[in-house]
Amino acid sequence: MEQFFLFMGIGICVLMLLTLYRVVVGPTVIDRLMGVNVFGTKTTVLLLIIGVMFDRLDMFIDISLAYALLNFIVTIATSRYFQHHKTLSATGYGYSFSKREKSDD
Amino acid sequence: MHYIYTFLIMLVFWVTLSGKFDLFHLTLGVISSALVSWMSADLFMLDPKKKGRVATACRFLAYFPWLIKEIFLSTLHVAILALHPRMREEIDPTIVTFKTILKKDIARVALANSITLTPGTITVRIVEDVFYVHAISRKAAAGLPGEMEQRLARVFEGS
Amino acid sequence: MIDLLTILLLSIGLFSFFSTTIGILRFPDFYSRMHAAGKGDVFSSLLILVGLGIYSLHHFTGASILVFLKIVAISVFIFLASPTATHAIVDAGYESGVKPWTKDKQEEGSDDLAT
Repeated sequence: MEQFFLFMGIGICVLMLLTLYRVVVGPTVIDRLMGVNVFGTKTTVLLLIIGVMFDRLDMFIDISLAYALLNFIVTIATSRYFQHHKTLSATGYGYSFSKREKSDD
Repeated sequence: MHYIYTFLIMLVFWVTLSGKFDLFHLTLGVISSALVSWMSADLFMLDPKKKGRVATACRFLAYFPWLIKEIFLSTLHVAILALHPRMREEIDPTIVTFKTILKKDIARVALANSITLTPGTITVRIVEDVFYVHAISRKAAAGLPGEMEQRLARVFEGS
Repeated sequence: MIDLLTILLLSIGLFSFFSTTIGILRFPDFYSRMHAAGKGDVFSSLLILVGLGIYSLHHFTGASILVFLKIVAISVFIFLASPTATHAIVDAGYESGVKPWTKDKQEEGSDDLAT
């Protein structure tokens, strides 16, 4: 059973790394925000699995609850902030790294 | 009356989170729950004179298993689409609008969240009683608002 | 018996996390990525949380009941908060003028990793 939880945690870590691709190269800032949101949900679950592995679920569950609350507030606040950037997908915030370098040239 | 409901809910939440049952912690819990319910009970329950809260909550709990089934179906749908080798031919996204018959704010919030959780549709925005819904295929767009609106009308506005 | 149930729930949860992630990587535009992000997350988190809650009831004491109640609290919170966060992000994108992808005209710059 211990091993199963270990593999479960490793699997979730790999999926988090894959999600990080969208956070780093996502075309617009909203894509990155969505990646961060999904990342936070996975972290909430991963913290619980770490708690089961170390047999201290009563401690880790408080951290996990706080993380879930914080994740929600971050998402709401950031999406309200970026709501009125009308040119989000055309210039400025919205570009991926490679394209920004190209436009500098 | 709504002060007492808020106080009880806050106290149960405190006891669950603290996990200690001695006199000191319980007294702290009673004091802080009383403070919170005195300050923000009118935010928690907007209309203090309303009757039949408990009945609405029970009807909402009865609505729950159907919602769980819908969430299961929608996850299956997204999984099939995401793992489909020729995914771009399968999807055909559109934004559709429809008018809702629901009057209360809480019912509209529940409808918006339910639309987000059912297969193939997410709510984009709500302006007064018009819902903007992004559907991932024509078939999902045709099924709106569907059975869910009737069920929610029964939950929140029936008797 | 409890172990078996936990393994089953957690495996299904991990699989739907996997399909969510693949959906986020493969879908062509922001709105359809939101479909994957909003739905798969709720269901898989709920499954994994319920599985861990059942596993924590293995040793049936007062502390484990408290842990179970806290897990239920987290599930309810995720259930309420995740569609709301999805709606907030989609609303922000719609308001700031991100164009939806349609079948006829395929926009440039949105087809990475999707062929």
